[in-house]
Amino acid sequence: MDKKKVVNIDMKQYGMFIVLIAVFIIFAIMTGGKNLSPANINNLIMQNSYVIILATGMLLCVLTGNVDLGVGSVVALCGSVVGVMLVDAHMNMWVAIIAALLVGLLCGMFSGFFIAVMGVPPFIVTLATMLMGRGATYTILKAQTKGPFDASYNFIGAGFLPKISVGNFDLLCLIIAIAATVAIIFGEIKSIATKKKYGFAENPLYQIVIKDAVFIFLVWFVLIKLGQYSGFPFVLVIMGCIVGIYSFITSKTVAGRQIYALGGNRKAAQLSGIKTDRVFFWVYTNMGFLAGLAGVVLSARNGSATPKAGDQFEMDAIASCYLGGAAVAGGAGTIFGAVIGAFIMGILNNGMSLYGWSTDIQKIVKGAVLLGAVTADLMSKRKKS
Amino acid sequence: MSDYILEMNHITKEFSGVKALDDVNLKVKKGEIHGLCGENGAGKSTLMNVLSGVYPYGTYSGDIVYNGEVCKFHDLKQSEAKGIVIIHQELALSPLLSVAENVFLGNEQTTVKGVIDWTETRKKAAEILARVGLENEDVNVPVNTLGVGKQQLIEIAKAMGKKVDLLILDEPTAALNDEESKKLLDIMIDLKENHGVTSIIISHKLNELEYVCDSLTIIRDGHTIESLHKGVDEFTEDRVIKGMVGRELTNRYPAREGVTIGDVIFEVKDWNVYHPDDAERQMIKDVNISVRAGEVVGLAGLMGAGRTEFAMSVFGKSYGQKISGHVLINGKEVTLNSVKDAIDNKLAYVSEDRKTYGLVLIDDIKHNMTMAALRNFFSKKGVVDSNEEIVSSEEYKKRINVKANSIEQVVGSLSGGNQQKVVLAKWMLTQPDVLILDEPTRGIDVGAKYEIYCVINDLAKAGKAVIVISSEMQEIIGTCDRVYVINEGEIAGELSKDEVSQEKIMQQIMAHNRRSEANG
Repeated sequence: MDKKKVVNIDMKQYGMFIVLIAVFIIFAIMTGGKNLSPANINNLIMQNSYVIILATGMLLCVLTGNVDLGVGSVVALCGSVVGVMLVDAHMNMWVAIIAALLVGLLCGMFSGFFIAVMGVPPFIVTLATMLMGRGATYTILKAQTKGPFDASYNFIGAGFLPKISVGNFDLLCLIIAIAATVAIIFGEIKSIATKKKYGFAENPLYQIVIKDAVFIFLVWFVLIKLGQYSGFPFVLVIMGCIVGIYSFITSKTVAGRQIYALGGNRKAAQLSGIKTDRVFFWVYTNMGFLAGLAGVVLSARNGSATPKAGDQFEMDAIASCYLGGAAVAGGAGTIFGAVIGAFIMGILNNGMSLYGWSTDIQKIVKGAVLLGAVTADLMSKRKKS
Repeated sequence: MSDYILEMNHITKEFSGVKALDDVNLKVKKGEIHGLCGENGAGKSTLMNVLSGVYPYGTYSGDIVYNGEVCKFHDLKQSEAKGIVIIHQELALSPLLSVAENVFLGNEQTTVKGVIDWTETRKKAAEILARVGLENEDVNVPVNTLGVGKQQLIEIAKAMGKKVDLLILDEPTAALNDEESKKLLDIMIDLKENHGVTSIIISHKLNELEYVCDSLTIIRDGHTIESLHKGVDEFTEDRVIKGMVGRELTNRYPAREGVTIGDVIFEVKDWNVYHPDDAERQMIKDVNISVRAGEVVGLAGLMGAGRTEFAMSVFGKSYGQKISGHVLINGKEVTLNSVKDAIDNKLAYVSEDRKTYGLVLIDDIKHNMTMAALRNFFSKKGVVDSNEEIVSSEEYKKRINVKANSIEQVVGSLSGGNQQKVVLAKWMLTQPDVLILDEPTRGIDVGAKYEIYCVINDLAKAGKAVIVISSEMQEIIGTCDRVYVINEGEIAGELSKDEVSQEKIMQQIMAHNRRSEANG
């Protein structure tokens, strides 16, 4: 019999996660616990939902070693489509949503075509879509804000799942928390069983327990806060689905692995039978689609479409990916990391606002954090090799 | 003072325990052109890197005596300061800068305070160009508007712009045609006679060495074999070939036993390919080859003969344009328009450059091994079965002895030999019937080479058709059942196991060269 193989959990993938918790605790102390309030937890999720949706798509672009600069403009453009269709044409809400998603998809295919078929560098192509998208938004909206929208539409960005009220508390959040806990524990048991079955190396039990305990604690913390406020936000459902789907795609599917291979070494990927042009096309098309979705969510949350919407969202999404440990040259990074990165940016924004720092100062701090995190990441890698 | 400008005495250089150079001696007289020849991997370039300080003093043993003084170079700058300039095979020109700018690249002509003096730059550049036979060239045009031959001359001009006493040229004519080569060699002679420049030239083109050199040193397997002097020793191609190859074969190649050679399972007929950037330039002309099950067939030839281009063009049209011809696998004609087609039709190609074309260096062994087989063997409906992936990579790691802590180790941290094994495993996992191995042992140590040869034997035993492309003729002879000699994109000849020898291969190449010269 082989000796039972035991390896420690690789802490590196949780490094930024620990930073996230640390930043949150620091702001809790600085603001005297203001950021712990149920309303603020709810805000954190709602304010960052679109950046997280964008960061998910952006991660795929970053994995190829590139970025998409056009997403902020596409967000605005898709919002403007909704605005015109709902306010001016009084069309059905679902038609408007589908139209907005289609416009996003087409924008993505447009970028994808020039990148994959014409071979224009993504930086140039998306710089162009950034300008064109913004220009088109101003043209469609005639530089005016369109609104307000119906409450039924705004539900997407600002609504909550129906409450099961017990006093001031929403029982639904509790049920979801229990379900999530069961899922985490069940998933862990299954993973241990698989490792046993194949004789793979296992992690020490105490480490697994600590890891899962931290996750379960966070789930309960967030859900209890949400339960004390207005319940489970609908955007969190969208966000959860997107993050889940894309985590699965990147880690478990052939398509996902092709993106990593392409980013790691394009020529080797080509000679391994991967049609790299096709991968590029779908990565950018997908980014456009998700930008469309973010456009819908943002306009629903604002209850209106404005030409300035989504300004610099691309920068937040890109920064989230790099903060989350994605390699600048491509080929490495995770959805989990990008989501953590996005939350770090969100918590910084939120905490500094609560503390009373101006947005000017906030930008300086955010820039410094990004620079510091990536520098630290590079230094730690250099030491290893 | 001796009349030697350079004496390299007892140079020994090891790479992680493997001796690349073992007690090598090289003596170059002042004012001569000295040839350095030997097979690929014999240690020529290593020796020149020791000389120029790329491998700093202290990483090798032995002395370098230059102009009567012992030198301890720590980097390229120090050797250049002494007038030793090396011109590598790959051009080091900045393609969009002008000729004049390139001539003084890194050596800019400046007025006080580092401002570039353009008048001086252009004037001097024109003067230097005249010395290398480019007196009519406009110094203001971008360098990439010139042909490769002229660019190579500009490299020499660049060297002349510095203080140069000893010029080292590493395969300067590899990319040139005969006329351009002749011109370059004549310029070397002119530099010697009229400007007192001593040169060392590394080349595989023995006829050129015969033409240009005053003396020759032959290196084999990291040893100096002999030095020949024009007018003293016999100084012919045949003599040099004998020096390069005369070696006894000990069992560097494991015996292949219990293999039955079956029917032809891989055939390429009337294969023609044109250069990817130049639709007029034919790279592969009417090539026909066939390989039987269980047979190992070698493609021998010099660097640039077109073997890699041939293999890659067959492998899903990964090279070239206007490709025509037929590919038959297991008797059936197949159309391979993409690498995916090739993989699906059981053809595998292990590229010559594992780092650039074979591996994702930042990813781990497991993912690299399954990269090409992922779609067909490790996934269902696009979802990866990561458990099977781990099981198979563990199996192959054991089977071909990849030395690593675990299959999660990053490939970039492995040694060259182990990286090569990972690439081999990657293609074996696609369950091919035909494998093309392009330079399967380039740059790896003797022990790992032996293990790779064992893998080749196993593949033959399993009834695969194996094609080995190698520039090391010994390797071709040691591993192959049959050899096609390729030269200038054509089959120059075919040799059976009994006939094949290095002399035979070289003779066929030379004969083919003569034939094509006579025709064109």
